[in-house]
Amino acid sequence: MADSRCSATRNPFTHTETPAVSVAIEDLSKSFGKLEVLKHVSFQVEPGEIFVLMGPSGSGKSVLLKHIVGLELPSGGRVTVDGRDAAAAETREQIRLALVFQAGALFNSMTVYNNLALYLREHRVADEAGIREKVMRALQILSLEAAAEKYPSELSGGMKKRVAIARALVMEPQLMLYDEPTSELDPVMAATISEIIATLKDQYHVTTIVVSHDRDLALNIADRVGILMGGQLVFLGTRDELRASADPRVVDFLNPKIDLANPRFKQLET
Amino acid sequence: MRTLTRVLEGIGSTLQLLVQSLSHVPTLPRQWGRFIEQCYLIGYTTLPIVAILSFFIGSVLALQSGYSMENFGAKQFIGSLVGLSIARELGPVMCAILLAGRVGSAIAAELASMKVYQEIDALETMNIPPARILVLPRLAAVLVMMPVLAIIANLVGWFGGAIVAKYTDFIAIDPPAYFAALRRFMEFKDVLNGLIKAEVFGFAVVLVSCNIGLNTRGGPREIGASVTRAVVTSLILILVLDYFVTKALL
Ligand SMILES: Nc1ncnc2c1ncn2[C@@H]1O[C@H](COP(=O)(O)OP(=O)(O)OP(=O)(O)O)[C@@H](O)[C@H]1O
Ligand SMILES: [Mg+2]
Repeated sequence: MADSRCSATRNPFTHTETPAVSVAIEDLSKSFGKLEVLKHVSFQVEPGEIFVLMGPSGSGKSVLLKHIVGLELPSGGRVTVDGRDAAAAETREQIRLALVFQAGALFNSMTVYNNLALYLREHRVADEAGIREKVMRALQILSLEAAAEKYPSELSGGMKKRVAIARALVMEPQLMLYDEPTSELDPVMAATISEIIATLKDQYHVTTIVVSHDRDLALNIADRVGILMGGQLVFLGTRDELRASADPRVVDFLNPKIDLANPRFKQLET
Repeated sequence: MRTLTRVLEGIGSTLQLLVQSLSHVPTLPRQWGRFIEQCYLIGYTTLPIVAILSFFIGSVLALQSGYSMENFGAKQFIGSLVGLSIARELGPVMCAILLAGRVGSAIAAELASMKVYQEIDALETMNIPPARILVLPRLAAVLVMMPVLAIIANLVGWFGGAIVAKYTDFIAIDPPAYFAALRRFMEFKDVLNGLIKAEVFGFAVVLVSCNIGLNTRGGPREIGASVTRAVVTSLILILVLDYFVTKALL
């Protein structure tokens, strides 16, 4: 992968270049007590690509993302970001990574503006005027200017989601992780988010991992797709391969038929 | 056995949090705003209740000692007794107990809810250590505000004693006599001992409450459990520390 090694993350705000990073999941297992959530999962995400991870609810997608940012420690196997152990605290100092949490995880005691500004202030990225410019730019990208002085409790679910994305954007990350960025959004805003994710990748070569149930997102912007079921990867390939897949689990997951004559929950009972 | 390991774990994680917070001391000047905000929350909001309680403690002390000392004809020493008890023991302990109830609980609730709603996780992914922006400003603020609270508790308590001493029929000691007695047996060292105690208790209450809040696991129900645990642990700690600090300072 010599050529993608050279690809770089161009920062949307300062237009400086930092090398894009790769992510490697090697034989990752995770258990909470007796519950085995991830079972020997392995895959690679190449620098500057969009990797979409799909899978039924409860299959362990969020848990997998948390391993990449070092919030969960593997029970077995290893996760590395650009060759560095994701569980080590130094990795977060050397590589800028941002996670858009499924529930937003906004700072409830701060306004939207301060939610975005916190990272920039704490790391002294710019002076107040520079911070203002970056924050307003990110808010504008997600059409949130009007919400700048509101508190998270005053926002709708979809707005919170967009604030969470904006907050990740201002960090100018080399690795961007989204946990269900389009759930809770109307179809147009969902499409907008897909466009933003794809644009960031095209223009700035940010390595991106998106956890999503959104078929439109996966089939339109993913470079590669992985499907996680019951803690195991049952599909790994490009989006064309995904469309062409004949695996019944994949086909049923992507196009579930609503069968009123023989509903699924009744099949379980028998 | 389970309780013992939990206590030891608690002590370990508290000390670890202390070390982490201290390692960020150089960032304190940049956190002036947070420091002032915490001084306000810790000091200003606790002040009214500290004043009310110490006034009544001073009054009751005067009343009780007046009642029992009258029998020995020693009631002119009421001022000394009230003064010393409040300065050396009751003032600091009372301030710390009120701090645990008013501030320790609030800290535990705030940090526990930040933990439960993943705000702490978000800080960590942003490479902003919670010890730096959440714990350190609170520790610095309590170190500044605790002596202030304790001094006010002393003054108001002494004053409360003076009023009761004057207006109670069977005591009837004028304030000048009361304060003369208070000064006769009290040295600056007694007041200083009390302030050191207050400082130690206050620091411990805030540190323990922060640690319990940050170590909350599970859902929203655990927030309440953390608040209770923070207050109970703080109260026990205050009394245990009181014994050892008193002994060390004698
Ligand atoms: N901290 C934890 N402690 C115990 N079990 C957990 C913990 N976090 C997750 N789990 C369990 O791990 C499994 C996978 O959870 P995860 O959140 O990764 O699902 P998901 O694939 O993201 O689902 P969804 O699409 O609904 O978000 C679930 O069964 C969940 O109960
Ligand atoms: Mg999830």
